[in-house]
Amino acid sequence: MSINKLFNEDLKIVNVGSPSFKKDYETQNIDYVHLEWRPPANGDLKLLSLLNQIRPKMDLINKANEEVVAKIKAAEAKLVAVKKAIEVIPNMTVHTILHAGPPIAFDDMAGPMKGAIIGALMYEGLAKDQSDALKLAQSGKIIFDSAHHHSAVGPMAGIVSASMAVHVLYNEVHSNYSYCTINEGLGKVLRYGANSKEVLQRLKFMEKTVMPVLNQAVELADGIDIKSIITQALHMGDECHNRNKASSALFLREVSGYIVQTDFSNEMKMDTLNFIKNNEHYFLNLSMPYCKLALDSARQTKHSTVVIAMSRNGVDFGIQLAHSDQWFTAPANYVKGLMFPGFSEDDAAPDIGDSAITETCGIGGFAMGGAPAIVQFVGGVVKQAFDYSREMHQITAGAHQVFTLPPLDFMPTAVGIDILKVVESNILPIINTGMAHKDAGVGQVGAGLVSPPMACFEKALEHFVKNEQGEK
Amino acid sequence: MKKFKVLKNSYYDSVTLMSTTVAIKKALNLVDLVMFMGTDMNKDMMDSVGLYNQVFDDATPNDLLLGADMEEENDNWADQVIEQLSNKNKKQESSDTVFKTISQAKQAKDSNIAIISVPGIYAANEAFKALENDMHVMLFSDNVSVEDEIALKDLALKKDLLVMGPDCGTAILNGKGLCFANQVSKGNIGLVAASGTGLQEVTVIIDRFGGGITQAIGVGGRDLSEAVGGKMMLKSIDALNEDSETKVIVLISKPPHKTVLDKIIKKLEEVEKPVVVCLLDAKVDQKMNNVYFVSTLTKAGQKALELIGKKTPDLTELDHELKAVIQNEIALKKSTQTKVKGLFCGGTLTAEALSVLRNDLKGITSNVAKKAHEKMEDPMKSFGHNLVDLGDDIFTQGKPHPMIEPMIRLDRILLEAKNPETSVILLDFELGLGSHEDPVGVTMDTILEARKVAEKDGRYITFVAYVCGTNKDSQGLEKSEKLLRDHGIIVAKTNAHAAMISAAIVGGAK
Repeated sequence: MSINKLFNEDLKIVNVGSPSFKKDYETQNIDYVHLEWRPPANGDLKLLSLLNQIRPKMDLINKANEEVVAKIKAAEAKLVAVKKAIEVIPNMTVHTILHAGPPIAFDDMAGPMKGAIIGALMYEGLAKDQSDALKLAQSGKIIFDSAHHHSAVGPMAGIVSASMAVHVLYNEVHSNYSYCTINEGLGKVLRYGANSKEVLQRLKFMEKTVMPVLNQAVELADGIDIKSIITQALHMGDECHNRNKASSALFLREVSGYIVQTDFSNEMKMDTLNFIKNNEHYFLNLSMPYCKLALDSARQTKHSTVVIAMSRNGVDFGIQLAHSDQWFTAPANYVKGLMFPGFSEDDAAPDIGDSAITETCGIGGFAMGGAPAIVQFVGGVVKQAFDYSREMHQITAGAHQVFTLPPLDFMPTAVGIDILKVVESNILPIINTGMAHKDAGVGQVGAGLVSPPMACFEKALEHFVKNEQGEK
Repeated sequence: MKKFKVLKNSYYDSVTLMSTTVAIKKALNLVDLVMFMGTDMNKDMMDSVGLYNQVFDDATPNDLLLGADMEEENDNWADQVIEQLSNKNKKQESSDTVFKTISQAKQAKDSNIAIISVPGIYAANEAFKALENDMHVMLFSDNVSVEDEIALKDLALKKDLLVMGPDCGTAILNGKGLCFANQVSKGNIGLVAASGTGLQEVTVIIDRFGGGITQAIGVGGRDLSEAVGGKMMLKSIDALNEDSETKVIVLISKPPHKTVLDKIIKKLEEVEKPVVVCLLDAKVDQKMNNVYFVSTLTKAGQKALELIGKKTPDLTELDHELKAVIQNEIALKKSTQTKVKGLFCGGTLTAEALSVLRNDLKGITSNVAKKAHEKMEDPMKSFGHNLVDLGDDIFTQGKPHPMIEPMIRLDRILLEAKNPETSVILLDFELGLGSHEDPVGVTMDTILEARKVAEKDGRYITFVAYVCGTNKDSQGLEKSEKLLRDHGIIVAKTNAHAAMISAAIVGGAK
């Protein structure tokens, strides 16, 4: 761009501010866009000043962000094993319980998370009943930690205990692993805080049947390419967070032949096949660890303002940046959307779960434009889903050329949420998600859209600026 | 009462069912409604809300289960639900794409310039965004800090982009007027100005006598301050020097800081094209080839026209006819009427008038004056010869600029009319983009009222006006001037000319 080039081309104006100039552009036949301008950073002068302070470092920051996005995009992911958590997850002990979201003390946890922990303690045989489990949970003998600290993620309560079966994903490009439990299906399930006998029985079934059968099948297959399934499923109407129909079917197609070849009984094989077949969200627990794997590969990149994790523990929403392991938290929002009949918004718990890792990686809500079947969550207008997917490019550092959206002329999904852009544009990441009942064990009560609280990004910005200024 | 219905093989996706349940329930005035496909899980859920019936027992996931609780008997409820459900497929209106950020607009439209008029505290941020997106910037907003201005201009220079402003009200790029600008012909004169109405005045004069312009670049009133150092003016001189269409360059500014003046002169040594420099009162001793220093906007326009081979009449003379008119006016005055009251909308026009009048009118003051003894003690008060820029911040707090909405000046005209010392009220009218749709017309009633105020007191006030505009402007130069003349108002050829006429009237009354 140069000044003399401008002298020889048509003016194409962006009008920022007074709409009264519009008529002057029109009478002169000038091509223009009038911005729906709102004060940046919501008009917060302190934040604007922070943004200004790091302007001199923008070259450094942009370079770091490009690096992060390149790593995220380059990551590959294979499902290489299905094992007990304690056998594979780093720093896991028999008394450790991992949970969704940023770290939180047991007493502060949301209903569904407490319910799930009580269930997990009974499932592990550490407690004989609910009151026993509650006492144990409060005793201080149990180590609670964020699953994110162990390369793991889980939907909703996201509870992982020692004997639970977990998918193990491996990234050949950056040699890192990630872990996620197996999706239990819908209805009364542990991740929504249910801990009845049937819930625990299902977990046992997953441990005793699904895990060994799948593990052997995956070994026979020499790993199953998860990234490739996501790529295809995005062309089949999934966004791999709230819609996993196509991806679950594709996964079943990939694995079923190997399940048949395992040396387990026909009954166990059939039970495993049916278990996968009957759960159209099976793949969620594979798309999530794929995202975790890709994002983790870009951690510890100095000067980067890209979000490397977004997660909720049912009380707080937390984000982490690529340059540090620190969480920036604020009270989680409530999901807005469609309630299942019989439930009202008063029944819903605040936003919960690690599943926002999908949006962090550019799928889920960010890919809604490719999943027209679920746009009714946003009022039924497909165009609005397109707008969300387009708008997310305003707050990301890059685009994922492998993940494309056919209805938008194969537009790449937006990837690498940049806190600077979020704070400045006041556009928050859009998350497609389910709603849990606030009481443990009731289950899902609806689904819809939610955004992280802006405060997470503001705190992250403040910390980032301080950090950058610290190292001269 | 509760009613139940199974619709075999009627698949609806769960999202459609969820999203329509509430609306249908309301439309049919039902106490409660559940709609689910017949999976076991859904059956459990219907049970849990008390709307399960044994007719559902054999239903499959392909069957639609309806359960309703209603107060009024309605046998057709199920049909009505289905009808509503199928209506649902008619789409709601789709929203137009809206642009919220400069980056978004840049991506979608490949825009090349941002015109920013948001409140000053946010303006610099938007300007940075535009520059980061490789766009030129016209920063109309004021109240941008000088630090931000310097940082913006440094970044612009690094990227070879324009930052016009802050507080830049006028530019003409590629023949298109931006913000406050007149419609002038295209030609071969390129201008750079740290002044809005100064730029308007010179482009209008050039247009009026057959010349035309390539570009008129505004750089903002503070560009030639010591701190900013003329960054954008120097850059614009380079750009116009490189521009093959531009044959003559005109620079316009109120007097710059000494250090900046030196930089400009040094820069001009590199320029081969003829340059007309109008810095109003600035003292310049240098003699340079091809550089012509002039002290009024009128002379700047005339010199530029001369350099492209266009002749102009004498724009500042008081010819016989005018002298006769002036004598008539003088004859009508009371002896108390000795002072000129300039009420301006244009800041640089005020400064030019001050420059023209300071030698003739002793004790003249103005709110645009730089010298201490010329400063108005209180710009809100009428006292002595005074030239008031009514676009000054002290007048426009919370009010529109008088070029857009002349309320401020209308009040002031009446105030001056009440002052027995007032002999001449000197007015400028700016036509063109951004200005009031009929600045002369909207002022006329007040002028007539002011005359009456004076008449009651046995006084006669002379109105001298200058209209800065062209016939291509929507307000029309001829039309505006005719309206003034029809009411016996003296219409000057240029702003400097208007100042001279005013001086002649009070000079004669001494």
